[in-house]
Amino acid sequence: MISLSHYIVLGAVLFCIAVAGLFINRKNVIVLLMSIELMLLAVNTNFVAFSRFLGDVSGQVFVFFILTVAAAEAAIGLAILVLLFRNRSTINIADIDSMKG
Amino acid sequence: MNPQLFQLICFYAFGFVTVAAALAVITLRNTVHAVLALVLTFFSTACLWMLADAEFLALALIVVYVGAVMVLFLFVVMMLDIDQEKMREGFVKFLPVGLVVAVVMLVEMLGLIGVRAMHAQLMGADPAAAAGLSNTAWLGMALYTKYLLPFEVAALILTVGVVAAVALTLRQRSAQRYASASEQVKVKSGDRIRIVKMAATLPAEESPVPLQESKS
Repeated sequence: MISLSHYIVLGAVLFCIAVAGLFINRKNVIVLLMSIELMLLAVNTNFVAFSRFLGDVSGQVFVFFILTVAAAEAAIGLAILVLLFRNRSTINIADIDSMKG
Repeated sequence: MNPQLFQLICFYAFGFVTVAAALAVITLRNTVHAVLALVLTFFSTACLWMLADAEFLALALIVVYVGAVMVLFLFVVMMLDIDQEKMREGFVKFLPVGLVVAVVMLVEMLGLIGVRAMHAQLMGADPAAAAGLSNTAWLGMALYTKYLLPFEVAALILTVGVVAAVALTLRQRSAQRYASASEQVKVKSGDRIRIVKMAATLPAEESPVPLQESKS
């Protein structure tokens, strides 16, 4: 039978894959954005599992809100990406250094 | 077959596909393939949520993420002309660091989970079914009563997101010529033609200096 820890372990594995993705794709902004989406997915899986385990609806409501905010974030992030490519003709993070941060 | 055993087999199958697709997302060379792998990740995760009786969220994940956000990603990836080879620079260089950080994090998390999992916390009965509702009705009851204000704020955030995305990418091209309809309607006959009063003939002017001298 499926237990709570099955879902939590899956969430942990997904999250760590996303962290590794942030490290090894240092050049491509699109893959970085996709890694962030993977992280959100791992967190949402935990929320769903705990909502089911505790019988509390709040977990699923929070997943709903995270989905909403993540969709808005992806839209604005991709718009910034398009703007960046139009002005600098690159999405390589190493070339985006005009602020010298 | 025992239905609970079948559920467990389904969980492992979907979980394996999810993890394999997530690994493909971060390692595939072609960005378009990576986006397609992410679609597979979302789809199999939706199946896992369905196993946890979160039907509404599972379908919302497919409709909103696979249907809208991932298509947006694909659109942007195909629109931008990306040099694939240049994007791979540093992949091998950062691979050990990424692996070490990810594995250490995973071991720590699994250690924490393992300690708690000794009690074998089985999933209880479906709370929505216990309340005599479907999952969607159960979620909607909470969303439209207790969480009404956050729900409205979420709608506002989406609106702001749409406006911001359009405002960021809208481009005014100065080289292009537009026909302004309001300007065209507002124009009067007096703006188009101007009548100038002038004499019919003018006396010829005398040249102040002779032409031959001006050459030297």
